[in-house]
Amino acid sequence: MITVDAVSKSFGKLKALDNISITCRSGECIALTGPNGSGKTTLIKSILGMIVPDSGKILVNGEDVAGGWKYREGIGYMPQIGRYPDNMTIGQVLDMIKDMRQTPAARLDEELIRAFKIPSLLHKRMGTLSGGTRQKVSACLAFLFQPDVLILDEPTAGLDPVSTEILKEKIVRETDKGKLILITSHVLSDLEELVSEVIYMQDGKLCFHKQIERLLSDTKEERLGRAIAKVMSGI
Amino acid sequence: MRCLLLICLLMVGTAHAHTIRVGKGQRITSIHRAISMAVKGDTVLVDKGTYKEGNIIVDKPIVLKGLNQPILDGEGKHEIISVKSPYVVIEGFLVKHSGYSSVTDIAGIKIYNTHHVTVINNTLDNNFFGIYAQGAKHCTITDNHLTAYSRATELSGNGIHCWKSDSMTISGNRVSGHRDGIYFEFVTHSLIEKNISASNNRYGLHFMFSHNNTYKSNTFRKNGAGVAVMFTRNVTMLDNLFEENWGDAAYGILLKEISDSRIEHNRFVNNTTAIYMEGASRINVSRNAFTGNGWALKIQASCMDNHVSNNNFTGNTFDVATNGSLVLNVFNGNYWDKYEGYDLNRDRKGDVPYHPVSMYAMIIERYPPSMLLFRSFMVTLLEKAERVIPSLTPEALKDDAPLMKPIVL
Amino acid sequence: MKKMTRYVMADILRNRIVIAYMLFLMVISFSIFSLEDNTSKGLLSLLNIVLLIVPLVSLIFSTIYVYNSAEFIELLVSQPVKRKVIWTSLFCGLAVALCLAFIVGVGIPVLIYAPGVTGWIMMACGCLLSAVFVSLALWGAVKIRDKAKGIGLAIMIWLLFTLLFDGLILWLLFQFADYPIENGMVAVISLNPVDLCRIFMLLFLDMSALMGYTGAVFKQFFGSVLGMIVSCMIMVLWVIIPFLLSLRIFNRKDL
Repeated sequence: MITVDAVSKSFGKLKALDNISITCRSGECIALTGPNGSGKTTLIKSILGMIVPDSGKILVNGEDVAGGWKYREGIGYMPQIGRYPDNMTIGQVLDMIKDMRQTPAARLDEELIRAFKIPSLLHKRMGTLSGGTRQKVSACLAFLFQPDVLILDEPTAGLDPVSTEILKEKIVRETDKGKLILITSHVLSDLEELVSEVIYMQDGKLCFHKQIERLLSDTKEERLGRAIAKVMSGI
Repeated sequence: MRCLLLICLLMVGTAHAHTIRVGKGQRITSIHRAISMAVKGDTVLVDKGTYKEGNIIVDKPIVLKGLNQPILDGEGKHEIISVKSPYVVIEGFLVKHSGYSSVTDIAGIKIYNTHHVTVINNTLDNNFFGIYAQGAKHCTITDNHLTAYSRATELSGNGIHCWKSDSMTISGNRVSGHRDGIYFEFVTHSLIEKNISASNNRYGLHFMFSHNNTYKSNTFRKNGAGVAVMFTRNVTMLDNLFEENWGDAAYGILLKEISDSRIEHNRFVNNTTAIYMEGASRINVSRNAFTGNGWALKIQASCMDNHVSNNNFTGNTFDVATNGSLVLNVFNGNYWDKYEGYDLNRDRKGDVPYHPVSMYAMIIERYPPSMLLFRSFMVTLLEKAERVIPSLTPEALKDDAPLMKPIVL
Repeated sequence: MKKMTRYVMADILRNRIVIAYMLFLMVISFSIFSLEDNTSKGLLSLLNIVLLIVPLVSLIFSTIYVYNSAEFIELLVSQPVKRKVIWTSLFCGLAVALCLAFIVGVGIPVLIYAPGVTGWIMMACGCLLSAVFVSLALWGAVKIRDKAKGIGLAIMIWLLFTLLFDGLILWLLFQFADYPIENGMVAVISLNPVDLCRIFMLLFLDMSALMGYTGAVFKQFFGSVLGMIVSCMIMVLWVIIPFLLSLRIFNRKDL
């Protein structure tokens, strides 16, 4: 459960977030979409506490993000570009994050680790990995601790089709378990089959936040991309 | 044959002299009394014990000798022994607690205007002046051990003090805690040998107007202001050790207005300034070792015609410092550990001259607080620049034949 | 936090630059000591290098490391950990790793060739300097977003402490030569951690010369227990203050 209440953030003259208010409920898989530079990543980072908003308030599972850190135990985050210390091996990175989270081994969700065949790569140094493999590691880390909220920033960028499918299936399963999943992507076709709600942002403003069925029925379109295009041209 | 005759003569001599015993168990218990009874050539032999007899005046040529170091106590009031006759021997006493005065120079043992006095093997403890000779000639002061404890210079006198004396022999004494360890004024033709003067409040050795003296194999260590000698010519200093004289105004040896002298085979170790010369001329400084001093030589511009040759300069922070650009002294054939030249013709002498004055030494001479920046990166850069384009250091001050290897001394 | 420090440290220690730094120090130290038969002269030459290289490497390496770890720091920030812990671990990891490299690189040769108090003082100085400049590097790197500018700032900091500051002091000395400025100079110079270390080493290596001018000032201040404590405090403040400033910025920084 994420509540964003009247959040604004500017970087110099650029208004990255302009008075955004959103409520995301558990059990939903939400696509956060919009053109490049529309403020998607800024919003996500604000939720994660990596960016401090100029004004407004963000609550995650009822806890205020500002100054807090414990709430992040309930969040799994997969960054757009996952970069790790070059000299650490995959095993060490996994161990380190596990060490930090202190989650009992029984509660760990290692499904993705197995699906991506990570165990055979554990001894590889991060510096030697391809972008795709790094994305896999990021994905594994996001799901590993069974968080209530998953925030995935362009999760399928750089992944091969097989891995993309694996990840999508995982996302569906987790949504069904009643988790809140927030995905940013501007490749809408990828998301269509997963998401239940769409948030569309442009120039730091919230354009709409609708359930996907309503969006399609309102626009009388069958495909998400076209539906959005229609909405946008209508504005 | 002649030898035998001499022995016979000596035996005859001793047969004439009497020995007077002084002591608790003896017939005579007072040294005063014994001296008054003694005649020329007698020996007054004093047993172990403490004698508080005020001022003991020895006014006839006798031997005053202590057995097992009897104590002569001045009780902080008196001059303990006053020698006023020639051919007196004072031997084997522990002389302590002389009086103290700011008007007269009260001493443990004082020799007044006489000659051929021998002061040997005594311990002088906590006296104002230790052994004091005025107007003395041909006197011998040997193997005495002098200690004083006063911290303040004005409350302590000198250890061995000679004034207007001639042909003195001062050897094997150890002096510490006095104002000046050895002090000479108007003393000539004397030999000062194998003494150790350490931890005195002011100077280890201090003389002025004392010509033609020889200082040999002495040690001057940790004295408040090192050694200072002034206004004298024909000084010979050989085989002495000047060590650990530390402080702003402390010198291994300070030479002021000294001329026609030799400073040879001495060792200068860990002094703030090993030799400081002011108004010194025609001094031959050779075959000395300068090791670990702050400044090995400070030669003021008022010095001239001094020869510095065949010395070893090792581990000194600065080798030579000077306050002017006029150079009237000669440096030749020394070993400098900072020399970075080469010897292509293998004559054991460097092929390029060595400039022993570093730029920073000049700067510090002018602005003493800049010592704070010594060995900083910036100063190192400045030094390098100065090497390439000399501007501050006197160009003429150089050793044209610096040695590649230290001299074996 | 300990765990995180350990991970950061393990990462840095495997970094090639740190290993090269360690080997470089070791080669330099060994060659100085084997060329110089007089150990205290060797220590002096080594001192010059330590006073230049340690700040430079600590600054540049830490700066680059922080910039290169931007994404890693992001990852850590998205975890349920306080930012304070992340930053402190980063600092500790860098400082400890660079100190270790210094101790191995310089300490081993010093222990072999010149064991004794002076050697230990040099070790302590090197480690403190490493920590001071890691701290300054963190401050610069967190304050400036652009990597090139950040490295530029690091180089400026290095020049300031090793060269410009001393130049300024010398200039002041010449300007105010006629005034009794000794005490003031001691106070000013002890503000520079590099100078502080240098003076401490000089107290042990150039004792005789220092006594000349400083009988009054140097020894009185730096040689006394109070002086030692004050100097150590200043060094520690140089570690703590830039670090705390950087922590303050980091806590509010948008990543």
